[in-house]
Amino acid sequence: MERLLSIDRRYIFVFVALAVTIPLLIKFDLPVPVTKEVKGIYNKIDSLPEGAHVLIAFDFDPASKEELLPMALALLHHCFRKNVKVVGMTLNPGGTGLANSAITDTGKQYEKIQGEDYVFLGYKTGVELVMINMGENIYSAFPKDFYGNATVDLPVLKGVQSLTDFDYVIDLASGSSIEAWIAFGKEKYDFDLGAGCTAVIGPDMYPFLQAKQINGLMSGLKGAAEYEILINRKSTAVAGMSPQSVVHVIVVLFVIFGNFLYFMSGRKR
Amino acid sequence: MNFLKRTIPLVIAFIMGVMMVFQYYVPHEASQSLLKVVTRWGITIAGFAVFIGAYSLFHLHWNKIKRKFPGWGYSIFVFFGAGITIIFGLYNGGEFFLHDKQEGTMFDWMYFNVQVPAGATMFSILAFFMASAAYRTFRARTNEATILLVAAVIVMLGRVPIGAMIWEYLPPIADWIMSVPNMAAKRAILIGVSIGAIATSLKIIFGIERAYLGGGD
Repeated sequence: MERLLSIDRRYIFVFVALAVTIPLLIKFDLPVPVTKEVKGIYNKIDSLPEGAHVLIAFDFDPASKEELLPMALALLHHCFRKNVKVVGMTLNPGGTGLANSAITDTGKQYEKIQGEDYVFLGYKTGVELVMINMGENIYSAFPKDFYGNATVDLPVLKGVQSLTDFDYVIDLASGSSIEAWIAFGKEKYDFDLGAGCTAVIGPDMYPFLQAKQINGLMSGLKGAAEYEILINRKSTAVAGMSPQSVVHVIVVLFVIFGNFLYFMSGRKR
Repeated sequence: MNFLKRTIPLVIAFIMGVMMVFQYYVPHEASQSLLKVVTRWGITIAGFAVFIGAYSLFHLHWNKIKRKFPGWGYSIFVFFGAGITIIFGLYNGGEFFLHDKQEGTMFDWMYFNVQVPAGATMFSILAFFMASAAYRTFRARTNEATILLVAAVIVMLGRVPIGAMIWEYLPPIADWIMSVPNMAAKRAILIGVSIGAIATSLKIIFGIERAYLGGGD
C-alpha cells in the first residue's frame, strides 16, 4: 500500500497520455448539452442585423490557444455567416499571429474582403489605457491596422467612432483582461459585452455574469464545443470533449484511489 | 536630488491622480479631450516598458551565464531565441522594419512552427502534473478538505459531457456549486481586492504609499 501511495509519477503520466490518445484514435462522440451562458453569446450575435459591428479582442497567446482559438473560430464563422462586420484586435503581443490568421483564413472561406468586411487592428500596449482610448476615439487608439492601412479610410469601420458604436464586444482572454474590459470598457462606455476564457478563469467570471456585466460566457474547451454545436459546425472543440472527459474521469479515479489507500494505510491524522 | 527624485514625482502623482478622479465625473468636452491625451501618453509610456523588460530579462540571464548558475545553459537559448526572433522581425521578409508588416516571412514561420507549438505544449503538460499532484496530495484529511474534495469531484465530472452519462444530476449540481457558493466566494474576494485597490490608489495619490518611487520607504 505504501508503495502504491508513493508510486513513480511517470506511471500516472502514462495513464493520462493513454486517456488522451485512445479517445482521439477511437473517436467517439459524446453529447454536449448547451448551457445558458454560451447561449447568451450565440443569441446576441444571432440577433444582430447584417452590417452590424462586432469587436473581438483576441487577448490570448499560443499557450492557451487550444482552449481559446476554437472559440474564436466558432465566433468568426457565426459572424461571417450573419454578414456581420468583424473588427479584431489583441492586447496580448503573443496573440497577433493567431488572431490575424484566424480572421483572415475564416474570412476567405466566406469570400469576405479585408478592410470591407473585416479588419485586424493588431496589438497595442497599455491594456486599460487602450480600452479608454478606444472608448474616446478608436482611430486615436489604432491609427493604422495590422498591415499599416489608415483605419480612418477603412469601409469596415464606417459608422464606428468609439467603443459605444460597436453592437457587441467579445473578449477572449487567458488573463485578467475581462475584468479590465468590464471596468474600463463596458461600465464607462456602455456596450454589450460577452466573454470567453480558459477553464481556469471561468469560476472567477460568475459574479459578472450574475450582475449582467457580461451577457454570456464561454469557459474552456467545453464552452467552445457548445458554441460549435450551436452553429452546427463540429470541429476541434467537440473532438476534444471525449479525451477531456476521459482525463477528468481518470483524475477523479486517481483522487478516489489515493484517498482509499491513504485511509487503508492508517495514515489519517 | 531629493527634490527631483521624491518631491516632483509625488506632486505629479497627486495632481494627475486628483485630476483623473474628477475627470471621470465631468462629461465636458475639455474633460474628454484631456482623457484622450492622457491615455495616449500612457500608451506611449507603456511602450517603453518593453525596453525595460528586455533589459531586465537579458541582464538576469547574462548574470546566470557569467556566474555559471545551475541550469545556466538554458539561458544561452534565451539569447539565441530572442536574437533570431529580433533579427527576422527587423528583416521583415527583406522589406526591413521601416515598411509595413510583410506576410509569409521567416518571422511568421518561427511564430507558427516554434512559439505556437512550444506554448501549447507547455500549457498541455499541466494536465500530467495536475493528475500526479491530485493523486499524491488531494486528501480528505479534515472536514474542510473533504468538502473541497467532494465539490471538486462533482465539478470535474459535471463540467464535461461524460458527467451526465454517469449520473444525470451531476451537471445541475456542478452548475449550482459554480453559481452559488463559488460565486459568493469569488464576489467576496473581488470586493475585498477592489477596496484594497481603492485604498492603495488613495495612498499613492496622497503620497502615503511611496514604494513605487523605489528606495524602499
